[in-house]
Amino acid sequence: MIETRGLRKSFRSRAGRETKTVDAVRGVDLDVAKGEIFGFLGPNGAGKTTTLRMLATLIEPDGGEATIAGADLRKDPAEVRRRIGYVPQGGSTWDESTAREELVLHARMYGISKADAQRRAARALDAFQLTEYADRKCKTYSGGQRRRVEIALGIIHEPKIVFLDEPTTGLDPQSRAHMWDEIRRLRADGMTVFITTHYLDEADALCDRIAIMDNGEVVAEGTPTELKREISGDVVLVGLDLAATPQAAQTLDGEPYVNKLETVDEGGLRLYVDEGATAIPQVLRRLDHAGLELRSIELHRPSLDDVFLTKTGRSLRES
Amino acid sequence: MKFARDTWLIFQRQIQLLLRNPVWVFVGVFQPVMYLLLFAPLLKPALNAPTQAAAYKIFVPGLLVLLAIFGGLFQGFGLIAELRAGVIERSRVTPISRLALLLGRSLRDVVSLLVQAVIITLLALIFDLRVFIGDLLLAYLMLALIALMTSAVSYGVALKVKSEDALAPLMNTVAQPVLLLSGILLPLTFAPGWLQGIANWNPFSWAVDGTRALFAGDLGSDKVWQGLSITAVLAALGVYWAARQFARSVR
Repeated sequence: MIETRGLRKSFRSRAGRETKTVDAVRGVDLDVAKGEIFGFLGPNGAGKTTTLRMLATLIEPDGGEATIAGADLRKDPAEVRRRIGYVPQGGSTWDESTAREELVLHARMYGISKADAQRRAARALDAFQLTEYADRKCKTYSGGQRRRVEIALGIIHEPKIVFLDEPTTGLDPQSRAHMWDEIRRLRADGMTVFITTHYLDEADALCDRIAIMDNGEVVAEGTPTELKREISGDVVLVGLDLAATPQAAQTLDGEPYVNKLETVDEGGLRLYVDEGATAIPQVLRRLDHAGLELRSIELHRPSLDDVFLTKTGRSLRES
Repeated sequence: MKFARDTWLIFQRQIQLLLRNPVWVFVGVFQPVMYLLLFAPLLKPALNAPTQAAAYKIFVPGLLVLLAIFGGLFQGFGLIAELRAGVIERSRVTPISRLALLLGRSLRDVVSLLVQAVIITLLALIFDLRVFIGDLLLAYLMLALIALMTSAVSYGVALKVKSEDALAPLMNTVAQPVLLLSGILLPLTFAPGWLQGIANWNPFSWAVDGTRALFAGDLGSDKVWQGLSITAVLAALGVYWAARQFARSVR
């Protein structure tokens, strides 16, 4: 559905007298399959939005190529526009218009007839549970309602792909969960969904595949499970008294299922294992055998944050 | 065909939003009416006009051109608000004609200017202004071309600067000399030679002269076709330039 090779973009920024060139996107290769939710993850300023805006024909790439829903981005952006929907990050509705007016207008901008546009608007309002507010001005809507109108705008012409730029930023947890359901519904309708986010849990819960972007480059790509497995397996945290820690370390060091062992300063061990679920019973048995009493045991599955940390050398939360 | 449809679509939407907030009619007419009531009475003695009506024949056309220039130049503010709301970006990802995005908006500005012009003309009739309807319609055409140009240029500049803070001083800086050098408030016949010389390079001065000739019923005057041609060419250039700003797919 989306295939990019070496997509590049740099911006010239002026600071005083000097002009500096900032390479916002430095050669991005992506392959997004039909009917999947593809997540584009990375900290602010990583180049996510720039990439998205290139794919949505809003800015021209400096180099590279891309095919989107079968149309060539460089040669035929007009055709790309017909086949995609785009929901920008900062909103796209006008305070003084109603949701119905916005939907009808937007459909008609795609060349859809007035009668058909009205039918589509009614259907979209219904699907996004907006009928009740359809004829009120957009400025009276809650954040979640307004975001739903904007998503409805992005798909009113039934595109093959819809690009959502940080669709849940600024929403309360309930509206967020609601938005996830809406996005899954789009996939169920056969649409390919391309979203950017800087929420790890969102990428994890929602996306079929993700690409992690940092500093203008894709540093990792795969399903969330693959990416997490790729880095370290699981971590088992064993809580022990300080006195018992050295003996426990001796006992468990060299066990075949332990890849790496670290002692914790306040007492206890951190074990790096492939499969936490099978390692825990063996750890318990060994320590019990050695007559060591343990205070707690905890299984820590790697999160996408760990993936991010491994790939970029810093935590997503810090950046 | 698609272009005409697209333009109509944008125009309709903009008119609908305009009508929803009819305060603009009051605001748009209030200031010129103040000029008409509080400034124009000074003109009869100042211009040495034989009657009040004769003074109005000189003043009202200038006032209308002033309205067209200013009304147009400040339309960019609305566009910046639309940019900020994401409405423009949303339009640009659709296959709608880029020229239509501009022209639909500028035509709204032309229509709202003409509504104001009609109200002011009607008020001036109370003060014994008399104009032939044919001449008046040609004068309105001139006003429409001026408003089309100034609003298009204002939109183009708004797309470039993207901020009200930059747009306001920029437009004021342009508008003030244009205004003073066009003989709007007082005819430039009073001007010293050097000032007249500079004013000859101000296209709006030609527009004002042309409109005055029309109000004077002097349809055959060279000033009429000169004023109309100059404004028509400038309007075309303004629209062309601004449409390019809409079409550029940069940021």
